[in-house]
Amino acid sequence: MNAVVHAKIESRHLLSGNEAVARAAWEAGVRVAAAYPGTPSTEILENIALYPNVYSEWSVNEKVSVEVAIGASLAGSRALAAMKHVGMNVASDAFMTQSLAGVVGGLVIVVADDVGLSSSQNEQDSRYWGRFGHMPILEPADSQDTYDMVKRAFDLSEHYEVPVIVRMTTRVCHVKAMVKVTGQRIEQTAAGFVKNPRRWVMTPANAKPRLPAMHQRERQLQALSETCDLNITFTGDDRRIGFVTSGPAFMHVRETFPNAPVLKLGFSCPPPLEKIRAFASQVDTLVVVEETEPLLETEIRAAGLEVRGKDVLPRWGELAPNVLRPAIKPLLGEPYQLPTRPQSTVFPRPPTMCASCPHLGPYFALSHIRNLNIVGDIGCYTLGAGHPWNALDTCTCMGASLSMAHGMDKGRGESDEKKSIVAVIGDSTFLHMGMQGLLNMIYNRGNVTVLLLDNRSVGMTGGQENPGTGQDLHGLPAPRVDFAKLAEALGVRPERIRMVDPYELPAMVKLVREETKMNEPSVIITNRPCSLTDRFERFQPYEVIDDRCTGCGNCVDLGCPAIFVSRRETVTAKNGKSKELIFARIDVNICTGCHMCVETCAPEAIVQPRPQNRVIRIQPHA
Amino acid sequence: MLNGITNILVVGIGGQGVMTAAEMLARAALKQGCDVKKTEVAGMAQRGGVVSSHVRFGSKVYSPQIDPGEADLLIGFEAAEALRWLPHLRLSGVAMVNTLRLAPPVVSVGLYDYPADPIGELAGAGIEVHAFDAGAIAEELGNAKLVNTIMLGAIGDYLPFPAAVLRECIVEGFRAYKPKLADINARAFDAGREAGHARAVARPAANLSIE
Repeated sequence: MNAVVHAKIESRHLLSGNEAVARAAWEAGVRVAAAYPGTPSTEILENIALYPNVYSEWSVNEKVSVEVAIGASLAGSRALAAMKHVGMNVASDAFMTQSLAGVVGGLVIVVADDVGLSSSQNEQDSRYWGRFGHMPILEPADSQDTYDMVKRAFDLSEHYEVPVIVRMTTRVCHVKAMVKVTGQRIEQTAAGFVKNPRRWVMTPANAKPRLPAMHQRERQLQALSETCDLNITFTGDDRRIGFVTSGPAFMHVRETFPNAPVLKLGFSCPPPLEKIRAFASQVDTLVVVEETEPLLETEIRAAGLEVRGKDVLPRWGELAPNVLRPAIKPLLGEPYQLPTRPQSTVFPRPPTMCASCPHLGPYFALSHIRNLNIVGDIGCYTLGAGHPWNALDTCTCMGASLSMAHGMDKGRGESDEKKSIVAVIGDSTFLHMGMQGLLNMIYNRGNVTVLLLDNRSVGMTGGQENPGTGQDLHGLPAPRVDFAKLAEALGVRPERIRMVDPYELPAMVKLVREETKMNEPSVIITNRPCSLTDRFERFQPYEVIDDRCTGCGNCVDLGCPAIFVSRRETVTAKNGKSKELIFARIDVNICTGCHMCVETCAPEAIVQPRPQNRVIRIQPHA
Repeated sequence: MLNGITNILVVGIGGQGVMTAAEMLARAALKQGCDVKKTEVAGMAQRGGVVSSHVRFGSKVYSPQIDPGEADLLIGFEAAEALRWLPHLRLSGVAMVNTLRLAPPVVSVGLYDYPADPIGELAGAGIEVHAFDAGAIAEELGNAKLVNTIMLGAIGDYLPFPAAVLRECIVEGFRAYKPKLADINARAFDAGREAGHARAVARPAANLSIE
């Protein structure tokens, strides 16, 4: 249990931005919270789940989480939905219309942008949604800001009957910083849903009159932004440059130019243009420092002010001090010398799949079968694109594997004629959006071999639960979806739904080979749990008997991080050609005894020092 | 420690306890009444990737990130990782390095080379380097997971506050959540502290002759 649940007023705590969201939402009386896991936002719901008197859930996707929050809000409850930036794309259908209808109980949408792409497929700027959906945006710069602003967001939402976006970035979500707790839970009563079709049934006739109301509301929010104390001016002696900034970029600006005046926009949408105009009049040059798109900059320029920004600053990535210094110093006429410290030349250490990862088997199979186009998805299995498998050809967005594979099948070009199309997707991604693609493919008579890698967890974000795991956000038993039955219900022929233990390599390879040759869709479902979760059982490690190892290197092709090359030798084969032998060993500290590599070893050099009964470890989920 | 701010960079590989160690440092600083920020670059780190955790504390901390050339202390949980982050350390900085060598698959399959002498390279760059085998000490104490406490002990006497503050933070944490491990972690901290006093690694002769 996180200690901050019991934090007393005036106590100071080291909290991440995500932990601060949870504490603030709880204090604000939030009654319903929903999210789908996604870095860097995942810990928000994990932490809210620790607080009493809040209903919290892992929803199946972000759109569902926002709709759950909307429903709770209409019943009068304060509600929160949290997601990563790309989740907003999925959820947008819901909030773009609800912004028109409005809300009852305070509705806060927390979105976490991955500025710098530490763990995402793109770097989009969620501040556009405020402009697009006419919703206010609050932008905390650190944990204390987050704590203060999330509480304000609920009040704001209720007062103006509008969903409020709290826009965070990785550098707020995952930074731990001091938070002074200033309150305790204030229970909010919910009046219950009040029927009002003209307000809540968004038919064209009902939606149309909401348009002027929505724009009227935006004018009120604009006025509020001008006077709001979340937009703060920090005076400075050096008035050559005045900075307008928001989010964690404020911290970097303050760090780098401590004597410059700064206008920090905590309430950044709609922007306080008059306040900015007044600020601009007090400085020589106005510079906007914003992550990542030139949004404020464009709006300030449109208001007739002269402003610098993306003409000197990068349009992507974090605007950390080491980025600001070389960009801004020349504007001040000050020379800037790049640090002369030597650059590191150390090898890269790309993320790898784990020892005994159940994805190793399928990727071993895919990397050994020719003539495949392998359409991938979002999850740990995206790592299959890397060394040594090189067996993933695309990765775009959640659930795209099935539908893109279907399109690739229907749009086959000359070089694809003899190829089989494979879609690779995990359990959680399948339930998030992938099953729609399967339904579509079956309905439209497509021909794709689907590898549904069911590791019973949302692996990449840290092993969260989903409807396929049998447990909920709180770890309590929950109804568990039956993937085989689901595939059958969507129209896949029962003969083409194949369960396989991914640790049984020969069976795995044979099955993928067989199914990709079929002239109809098939679904191969693997059934081993993620090796980082409690569902995984460790067994006695294996080791290599050096005398038996012939240097074939087959086990190395598996890509298991427990297997390493002990030596290489170039020999001349019988046909006169030279051949490299790769001798391997197993790191017993990493090996978990999954036995996958045993099947790759013809000379039986991989053994367990004290063999156990292998049958007991075969516990694939039903 | 410039402007009253102390910058500590803790580096290693996902799963080594880098982030926990950084959190301990941050908590100890918070206890001393400092403003603290701690941040990680740990994208998909649990999958064997690079982890670097930045800890900054002082009277008022704005940016959570340590600029290249600005770290006062570098705690390396693995030898090549310590070398990787060398450009972040200031010339007057101190590196406390675990001599453990962990080669990733891209090295073990021959795509890249592991540096022959990463500790020597660090020392050659002109910084104060202390290096020791934290794993061996952990093994002696009977628990491989003690490495991060040992590394914290080693850096204990290079902090701007007493090592006892950090020690108490760690032991207190264990007493609250895993009381059985409190004593062994206290001993690990002390053993690390002793190891951290070892003489700095001499700069290689070859590099000295260049000057």
